Amino acid sequence: MDVRAQIVCAAMAVAAGMVGCFAVMRRMTLAADAFSHVALPGIGLALVLGLHPLTGALVALIAGGVLIWAIEGKTKLSTEAITGVVFSVALAVGSLTATGEELIDALFGAPGVMTTAEAVFGLTAAIAVAGFIFMARDRLLVSLVSSEVAIASGIGLKRLQLSFLIAFAVTVAIGMRYLGVLLMGSMIIIPATVAKRLARSIDGMFAIAIGAALISTLLGSWIAAWAHRPSGPVIVAIAGSLFFVSLVRR
Amino acid sequence: MSDSETILEVSRLTVRFDRTAVLAELNFSVARGASLAVIGPNGSGKTVLFRALIGAIPYEGTIRWAAGTRFGYVPQKLDLERDLPITGRDLLRAKMTIAHAQKADAVHALERVDLPEAVLGQAIGSMSGGQFQRLLVAFALIGRPNVLLLDEPAAGVDDPGQQALSEAIRRLQQEEGVTTFLISHDLSVVYRYASSVLCLARQRSYLGPPETVLTPERLSEVYGAPTSFHVHDEHGR
Repeated sequence: MDVRAQIVCAAMAVAAGMVGCFAVMRRMTLAADAFSHVALPGIGLALVLGLHPLTGALVALIAGGVLIWAIEGKTKLSTEAITGVVFSVALAVGSLTATGEELIDALFGAPGVMTTAEAVFGLTAAIAVAGFIFMARDRLLVSLVSSEVAIASGIGLKRLQLSFLIAFAVTVAIGMRYLGVLLMGSMIIIPATVAKRLARSIDGMFAIAIGAALISTLLGSWIAAWAHRPSGPVIVAIAGSLFFVSLVRR
Repeated sequence: MSDSETILEVSRLTVRFDRTAVLAELNFSVARGASLAVIGPNGSGKTVLFRALIGAIPYEGTIRWAAGTRFGYVPQKLDLERDLPITGRDLLRAKMTIAHAQKADAVHALERVDLPEAVLGQAIGSMSGGQFQRLLVAFALIGRPNVLLLDEPAAGVDDPGQQALSEAIRRLQQEEGVTTFLISHDLSVVYRYASSVLCLARQRSYLGPPETVLTPERLSEVYGAPTSFHVHDEHGR
């Protein structure tokens, strides 16, 4: 893997670690994983229209985030339930529009050299997501404890929830290129779950989640390149190992 | 606002869930610096009223707060995961950032609720019920609110803890002029600390000083069964 791709992967790991902290604490673990599949119909449509798959994935993910947010606000159903429905429909539509090999690439990531456009998107989006989570972390923390307390404290709760879902969607899109949408969901969840087990404070959780995501991503990429294996599964396998170590550690 | 001494005016407030009106045509006003207790049987809409007052749910009618009102809100018992890596200090620091408050503000809030600094390093899930409720009150006090809404703040707290919490709230109202709204099932606490009582019931609501609202006849009518309470003396006995 070249230096440029490594920098983008490291930035992606930081964004995934930070978004994951709040996804895990908001009990969105399964929803978070399922949500990543919403990219599929976008990828299929982009391929049909001759566009870069990443464009389609990003549009579908953001649209999925807005749809989940809108239904949640209207019906009071849980994020998890709505994501389950949206995910199933997206998977069905995605399997109709994308063909076998393309689908596998989208799910598990495609090898090859990262283009300049992909690198610029990955880096910019990762910085934007990490910056948003850093700036909004106090508001996210208070809204996690109680929505009434958040509203009484002057927090625009609906806008904050939408922003978080979009940040989540963008994070999945960043990881699609190397990890694939299926494995990117795991990349958001596993490091944050490790951090939740080991941390004693919110700063500690951020530090451990980012650290675990960076170790998994960089070490996984190097091992995959050395062993001539696809990077996504190796990265997730290392993240999974860190989780099992964390079970023993505490 | 018809009167500068009035901090809240509510007129024809109705809140519906689906088609059921949980609150119907509620009218009342609250004077600045007052201590209003909200009582009523389960399902009478006490928490719903608080949620409407802070703008967390849609409603019909008018809720008018005086200009410059700053809220502090203490919710009913929270359903939080026990293993969240969030400490008391994390929570207070978050509120300080949101409210643009100084550290002195947080120190003042902790003194008010008598919560030792050492407790702040603990995860919120490992705190006792009393410690966590006092933390929530301290959280609400950061940013120097002039209105404090407390939804059964002493639920799940032992007797000495309840007394300490009630005393802290009383001091805030009397010494700092904070207008307090308190939902409580403990009528003896209501009788002792409230300057007026809003009693919510299915048929109609009553507002007035504790002596006129907390009568055996009215309580029996509202709760549907004879209800009595013990008024503590000045030593809390």
